[in-house]
Amino acid sequence: MADILIQNGQVVDTVAGKLRKADVRIRDKEIVEVKAGLAPADGEQVIAATGLLVSPGLVDIHVHLREPGGEEKETILSGGQAALAGGFTDVACMPNTTPPLDTETAIESVYRQALRAKAARVWPVGAITKGRAGAELAEFAQMVRGGAVGFSDDGVGVASSSVMAKALRYLEPFGKVLIQHCEEPTLGGGCMHSGYHSTRLGLPGLPALAEEIMIARDIELVRSIGGRYHVAHISTKRGVELVRQARAEGLAVTTEVCPHHLLLTDEAISDYDTNFKMSPPLRSQDHVAALIAGVRDGTVDCLVTDHAPHRAEEKEIEFVAAPMGIIGLECAVGLFAKALVEPGHLSWPKMLRMMTDAPRDVIGRPRVAVAPGNSADLTLIDPEADYTVDITGWKSKSRNCPYHGWKLPARAVATILEGKVKWEL
Amino acid sequence: MADKTTTTAVRRRSGRSSGFVWGRKHLLGLEDLEPAELLHVLDTAAGFKSVSTRSIKKVPALRGKVVVNLFFEDSTRTRTSFTLSAQRLSADVIDFTGKSSSVNKGETLVDTARNIEAMGVDIMVLRHAAAGAPHLLARKVGCSVVNAGDGAHEHPTQGLLDLFTIREIKKKVEGLTVAIVGDIAHSRVARSNIFALRKLGARIILVGPRTLVPDQMRQLGAEISHDLDAVLPACDVVNMLRIQFERLQSAAFPSVEEYSRLFGLHAERLRLARPDLLVLHPGPINRGLELDSAVADGPHSGILRQVTNGLAVRMAVLYLVHQAALAVNGK
Repeated sequence: MADILIQNGQVVDTVAGKLRKADVRIRDKEIVEVKAGLAPADGEQVIAATGLLVSPGLVDIHVHLREPGGEEKETILSGGQAALAGGFTDVACMPNTTPPLDTETAIESVYRQALRAKAARVWPVGAITKGRAGAELAEFAQMVRGGAVGFSDDGVGVASSSVMAKALRYLEPFGKVLIQHCEEPTLGGGCMHSGYHSTRLGLPGLPALAEEIMIARDIELVRSIGGRYHVAHISTKRGVELVRQARAEGLAVTTEVCPHHLLLTDEAISDYDTNFKMSPPLRSQDHVAALIAGVRDGTVDCLVTDHAPHRAEEKEIEFVAAPMGIIGLECAVGLFAKALVEPGHLSWPKMLRMMTDAPRDVIGRPRVAVAPGNSADLTLIDPEADYTVDITGWKSKSRNCPYHGWKLPARAVATILEGKVKWEL
Repeated sequence: MADKTTTTAVRRRSGRSSGFVWGRKHLLGLEDLEPAELLHVLDTAAGFKSVSTRSIKKVPALRGKVVVNLFFEDSTRTRTSFTLSAQRLSADVIDFTGKSSSVNKGETLVDTARNIEAMGVDIMVLRHAAAGAPHLLARKVGCSVVNAGDGAHEHPTQGLLDLFTIREIKKKVEGLTVAIVGDIAHSRVARSNIFALRKLGARIILVGPRTLVPDQMRQLGAEISHDLDAVLPACDVVNMLRIQFERLQSAAFPSVEEYSRLFGLHAERLRLARPDLLVLHPGPINRGLELDSAVADGPHSGILRQVTNGLAVRMAVLYLVHQAALAVNGK
């Protein structure tokens, strides 16, 4: 086991919201020293980190790894490698696989495959209902025993108020989070944001109202029942307002936002390019502004990619029929920097807090500050990379991504997991 | 989107309007067309209209060329009109009828189109239930693509033939008040009409139940009303859309009878209209529902003129896109 000295980097203190110049010494799997002016010891691998940020390992709590059942799109191995190549030491994978992750065995199979893959750590999210069908509760307690870090029927929302109430009530003693894909199905069902552009293009809409109504309903359920509740990939103005109010009341409500909802609007769909089709859909500028305001004032807790791989031929069909989602793990740092740091909405430490501590809190994993005694899970970031995204060499098995050719201000350059450099540029 | 290329070949062969050059290899919709382009199609169509009245109803413009009608939705009249238009230009015509891939998991649209193209096709005329299907094809095939109706998006040749008919009868478009009545939300005819008529300076009033007239249509430059009686006296033209019975399932309106009472153009309602009102309908008509027979067959009706003009307009479109394709491909 090589010991490592990371020299002259800017160590990110996510709690104090500060950067400080320091060297980081890693022995085996652990950080042993963080201070300026450390000299390399014999046999130590030195990483020159001048100009780089040394961040706690990044976590993305909303990815789709497609295993089992969709291995042609992504696997726990390829997705785990894509995560490492984006600077993520940990990801939480959604249960909308085939079959879904709705049993203890299925949850355990994710850990087993991740162990074989030896890539990023993978934390499975179990389904709320059996088969994600929205009718019967899945076996929460057994999935918790198997290692499920939270529960979600992601891809669809739990439509029935009664089922959602029971899920919150049953799960509350276990302390795990319910992650809701907020879309009231009778108002949803379209393929892009309902608005001027859907009207112009003649495409069926997914109104903001479908998300807002489910958030509003769920917050009322949480107020009445309790439990920990997390709004997946929030995309609407009113949704952010509802979460802000709930938090002001002290309810255990958190949320997350994706880079595409901060950087793109529904105007991008003008040529029916299915790489702009996702759920929730790209919305109008007023929603984007509200999401950014929510990030700035702390209403939005986490930054996630909703990495959703699909094969090119699946996406290369009629817009209404194409599957939802795009991939984004491998350029996420740059996208969020472009959306949030470059325009001055957040400092680097504040943004990285939303990709480290905050998501770890949501899935109940301990924080890993860059401090002696902690596991050496670190991400090195070049905040001034100014590079052009080239998806051709990506680790992901899929290429459904609208960002090819984009200029981004920053990128992850190395990912260290338990003292091992698992990926470097 | 459509290619815009200027070459002498196009200028020489399609320069009916002085100085204007048509550069689009595809016709996917009317939203992007400039007023001069719209007028150029109409002028070209006017030139072709006389072909239908000759004893030998053929010109050699597309001789030796192949036009395929790629229809994934039933539409006998549009397909027949395209077939006859292509034949009048001396093209060979193939009909291909398929099922939409959105409902039928099989060969993808792109694969189907590429297979057909490999047989040597010059122009693909596509009718499809999915909005944007022609845009997808235009990116993936080398031949010209003409949109014959894509979902609720556009039906550009219908928009052009409506425009042609209005201009032919009213001698102008600018300043006219045109009401489009019915299920605006799901109508490709409405969208193509709105885009084209706005470009040429008409005033548009969209009329229908509020569930079927999206507020966002105002951003396209149209006015909105839910009261046909209030709108009718001001109209030079009304374009009556066909009632789609399947909308009943989505509860967009309570009954066909109530719809007909509110938004049908009946003989007694016609008394509110100007004596020179022009009534259009894209067909097929639900007689007695959105349109009374007395109106459909009466002196206000331009409906059969629309059908006749459809041929000339489609001849013009097939001719123009092919000329542009030749120029783009450098032949």
